[in-house]
Amino acid sequence: MKQKTLFDKIWDSHVVHDIENGPQALYIDRHFIHEVTSPQAFAGLRSRGIGVFRPEQTVATADHNVPTINQHLPIKDALSRHQVETLTKNCEEFGIELYGLGHPYQGIVHVIGPELGITRPGMTIVCGDSHTSTHGAFGNIAFGIGTSEVEQVLATQCILQKKPKSMKIEVNGPLKNGVLSKDIVLYIISKLTTSGCTGHFVEFCGSTIESLSMEARMTICNMSIEMGARGGMIAPDETTFAYIKGREFAPEGEEWERQLAYWQTLKTDEGAEFDTSYAFDAEDIEPMITYGTNPGMGVGVTRPVPAVNGKEDAMLTKSLAYMGLEGGKNLLGHKIDYVFIGSCTNSRIEDLRMVADLVRGKKKADHVHALIIPGSRQVEAQAREEGLDKILGEAGFELRQPGCSACLGMNEDKVPKGKYCVSTSNRNFEGRQGPGARTMLASPLTAAAAALTGEITDVRTMLN
Amino acid sequence: MEKFKTLTSTCVPMPFQDVDTDQIIPARFLKATTREGFGDNLFCDWRFDENGEPKSDFVLNDPTYQGQVLVAGRNFGCGSSREHAAWAISDYGFRVVVSSFFADIFKNNALNNGLLPVQVSEEFLQQLFDAIGKDPETEVTVNLEEEEISIPSAGVSESFEINAYKKYCLQNGYDDIDFLISKKDEIESFEKERTI
Ligand code: SF4
Repeated sequence: MKQKTLFDKIWDSHVVHDIENGPQALYIDRHFIHEVTSPQAFAGLRSRGIGVFRPEQTVATADHNVPTINQHLPIKDALSRHQVETLTKNCEEFGIELYGLGHPYQGIVHVIGPELGITRPGMTIVCGDSHTSTHGAFGNIAFGIGTSEVEQVLATQCILQKKPKSMKIEVNGPLKNGVLSKDIVLYIISKLTTSGCTGHFVEFCGSTIESLSMEARMTICNMSIEMGARGGMIAPDETTFAYIKGREFAPEGEEWERQLAYWQTLKTDEGAEFDTSYAFDAEDIEPMITYGTNPGMGVGVTRPVPAVNGKEDAMLTKSLAYMGLEGGKNLLGHKIDYVFIGSCTNSRIEDLRMVADLVRGKKKADHVHALIIPGSRQVEAQAREEGLDKILGEAGFELRQPGCSACLGMNEDKVPKGKYCVSTSNRNFEGRQGPGARTMLASPLTAAAAALTGEITDVRTMLN
Repeated sequence: MEKFKTLTSTCVPMPFQDVDTDQIIPARFLKATTREGFGDNLFCDWRFDENGEPKSDFVLNDPTYQGQVLVAGRNFGCGSSREHAAWAISDYGFRVVVSSFFADIFKNNALNNGLLPVQVSEEFLQQLFDAIGKDPETEVTVNLEEEEISIPSAGVSESFEINAYKKYCLQNGYDDIDFLISKKDEIESFEKERTI
């Protein structure tokens, strides 16, 4: 029998129907929905006069467009309130479980799926959000879809897709001190560019990847979409199984044993071929920072921003003008105004612990606004239980309530025009954090270091 | 969904690379719960200044360039999966986007909404930009049946690829949900037979 990649194994076992010269109908195990990309899908169902085919396989939360303070009060912005209320009504009408505002399980959709044990190896998972790729850290096929596709899944629990090509990205060797998985992924994107993996589904592997915690693996898979990939995945191993075990919706007893036996088969066969492969050395990676207006425009924090050479650099010129930065210059010491620690990339308990460790007993720079938005109610509760809220509060960081927040600036958490924000989120597009906002993507450590000094800082100088 | 056969139109050129969906429709406009009306905010931050006044240097505000075909640089539609981007482009009145490369999710979203993404070579794209630059009245013809795009005045054409199934859907105004619903029996037997 032909050797298969992990991706092939999962994909092939979910194909319901093959259209000649066309896409395949893929069965979807888990579907997550949120308030922003689902209302038009429900409206579509209504106009077709049909219901949700398998409501128990869809889970909803409110995250993209919710306030991060006073979540117990009615949402002030009328449009946002209407959108969140529409989700509640739709879930009631169609029989879908909703972890809405105030629910102890509420949070960013890609944070709650894993932490509740809903996300598991071997599954197909979709959500109307591109960072659905996050879930791939558990060894499943997870990808973002558009609203018409949300409607397809609600109506039939299937989606029509063309099978993507396969790519292997290997990272080997020990990580240097102060270098996090966020740096790994920003480094890879800076090498492969934002369209480098288009049309592909990526499997990340190698000793560096295997050594990472689940939280750190999620950060990498989360940003696989920023390389243009359809999604990213990491083969499940003992770290994965240990993370899932005992979580709210994780299988138990005999069912656990049965599923575990299956999960243990989920790896790429020796000799299986990928359409494209890349390999990187962990020792080449230093803490990263972005200088431009897409996530591929990143450099090691001690290195200069690329210099503009000639006409073909129109994109670079445009980006640097937007960012108010000069080509060829080093970013260390560049003054910043905001620090945003949050988003589905870096808002998990491990991220908050790392930040708290670094800032314990210190104070943020006076001119910096430092926001920490936990990924979920559970992360928030855990942070309080561990006393992180005190450490962060004393250092001048504001710990808020969960949601997407300034990652996309849909609610009132925006970065003002022209201000610099070191952000642990995943996108530094023009205006992403608010019209005119200047985003610099970095790891939670690099972001926290910038909050303390008020400027771009090499966090390694602050670590022992 | 509206049927698509052939289209001949003048073009609106946007020669930037990596146009992401946050530019096409910024997140603050995603609060709507219907599909209509997004065209008003298409490319909002490039199109209007802080006071909501049209910026004269942006192509959509330049009456010289009109038409149902948007011509853009490489890697169009990257970033967020928001289908609102495809709705905004359609709602504004475009029926075709021409680029040398499209981001995956955008391409699917466009096709699901009767907006045809036509992927051409870098050379063809450059020829098209040049032709429009010389004469804003330059027309292109997009023939879905023949899978061909041409610039009649320049006498050049190129074929483009489209998946046979998607082509059938576009030509007939038929969508994926209609198709999947017709396969309900297969879906149910798949569910019964699976062991994991
Ligand atoms: S945190 Fe940001 S990237 Fe993640 S789901 Fe929310 S908006 Fe999308």
